[in-house]
Amino acid sequence: MKNQVYLYPIWVRLWHLLNALLFLTLIVTGLSLQYSSNDYSLIRFDWAISIHDIAGIALCVAYIFYLFSNRFTSNGTYYQFHLTGMLVRVLKQLRYYSIGIFKNEDAPYPISIDRKFNPLQKISYVIVMYVFMPIIVITGTALFFPEILPTDLFGISGIHIVDLIHIVTGFALSIFMAVHIYFCTIGKTALANFKSMINGWH
Amino acid sequence: MKKLLFINLIVLFSTFLIAQEITDESVEHSPENSKCFYCHGNPTYSFYNEILERNVTNRMNPYLIIDSALYYYQNHSSFECIDCHSYGFKTFPHDNELQMEAMPGCFDCHEGDDEVYNFAKIDQQFQESVHSTKHSQDFTCWMCHNPHTYKINARNNQNLLETIVYDNNICLSCHADINKYQLISSDKNPNIIEKHDWLPNQISHFAHVRCIECHTDTSNNILVAHKVQTKDKAVRKCVECHSQNSILMSSLYKFQAIEKRNKYGFFNASTLDDSYIIGANRNYYLNVLSGLIFGFVLLLIFIHAVLRIFIK
Repeated sequence: MKNQVYLYPIWVRLWHLLNALLFLTLIVTGLSLQYSSNDYSLIRFDWAISIHDIAGIALCVAYIFYLFSNRFTSNGTYYQFHLTGMLVRVLKQLRYYSIGIFKNEDAPYPISIDRKFNPLQKISYVIVMYVFMPIIVITGTALFFPEILPTDLFGISGIHIVDLIHIVTGFALSIFMAVHIYFCTIGKTALANFKSMINGWH
Repeated sequence: MKKLLFINLIVLFSTFLIAQEITDESVEHSPENSKCFYCHGNPTYSFYNEILERNVTNRMNPYLIIDSALYYYQNHSSFECIDCHSYGFKTFPHDNELQMEAMPGCFDCHEGDDEVYNFAKIDQQFQESVHSTKHSQDFTCWMCHNPHTYKINARNNQNLLETIVYDNNICLSCHADINKYQLISSDKNPNIIEKHDWLPNQISHFAHVRCIECHTDTSNNILVAHKVQTKDKAVRKCVECHSQNSILMSSLYKFQAIEKRNKYGFFNASTLDDSYIIGANRNYYLNVLSGLIFGFVLLLIFIHAVLRIFIK
């Protein structure tokens, strides 16, 4: 473990693993529901509904746990950022990923015990966890209790609007998932970051 | 309890809807009917009892009370009572023998009336339905279509949710009323709520689709399918409705579904005014856009990964 820092405590790793599994489950079942058909079906509709519901409830619980843990442990500090100079820092990181990485340049914001995320990671994680996640959790909860939704919202069915928001947010999170998994291969080796999320050491 | 309350609310709501538009002034009503409603529109009636040699007032059988407001709102509001009932009823007090006379059915007048309503097909479907095959002659059109109140709904009402309530109440008039149910069956009336326990979001389904959507064999020739099938043939697969080729398009939304995808690119757009059906209402443009975006992201990832492998 020489030259390595212990960045991911056990609760972060367990939460992250659970979150990842639930995310994948929700994406697959969500796609199956959205593109359900009489002729072909990824997962049987009623099974997909049940699995999606259970995974969604579990994701809500995991998300509440995450919010409380970030509030009461030092992990939350990694998500704090200053707007001043943020754009410059993000662009610098973007330049590294699109040009510098191919010239074997050093990463502009190397990971340390004080900086778990580079600026691009930080801004994307904040948007995902503090903007998209609340939206998908709230809309998902509303769709779980469709009777509470207004039948008419600006001339359109409440379920229709909420479902559209839910699906579009789910799509954005799916894009994040694909990019996130790929970016995890950018480490000392292609599997280094995945190992870090297992043993906690970076 | 919550579900029973919901069904009660549906019944109350439908009564309210009917009461709202209660009079149709364009149809001429027979003044002769007022003589009938004088007794049959009230909870009591009076007559001169020749044996007692005095006027007596009796209670009217509640099943023989006809609401004149609903009568004059229904399809046959221009009818005189004796158009269907025996001429002998003009005499009061009525002869008891008259009660034994057979009542006319729809096809006594509507046989061959196939251009608009296709009664021949309706008759054929009804004869093949479980209502007819299981109950024989006991089950007549009047079991569902109350001759004193029935008004065509699906064809004329723009508000589909009202039509759903109206049509479902026809089924519930027997299947949620043991007294009427046992007119034709000695069986125990199945508990609709319990029988549909498997249905997710039961309340939402009951409010947004008609019973006949799942319990009849749909036909292209008539607006409302009449071939009610046995429970083992009822639709139970979610994707029958929750898919692009939703069966609702050939039943509930048949006449609204002329367009396939013209409302902001939504498949089965005609349903959107009343309900949102997962799997059936996906949007064509969002589908294409999301596919393009996802494909573009995967392409970028692929290019980046290839460059990392070969340039490094």
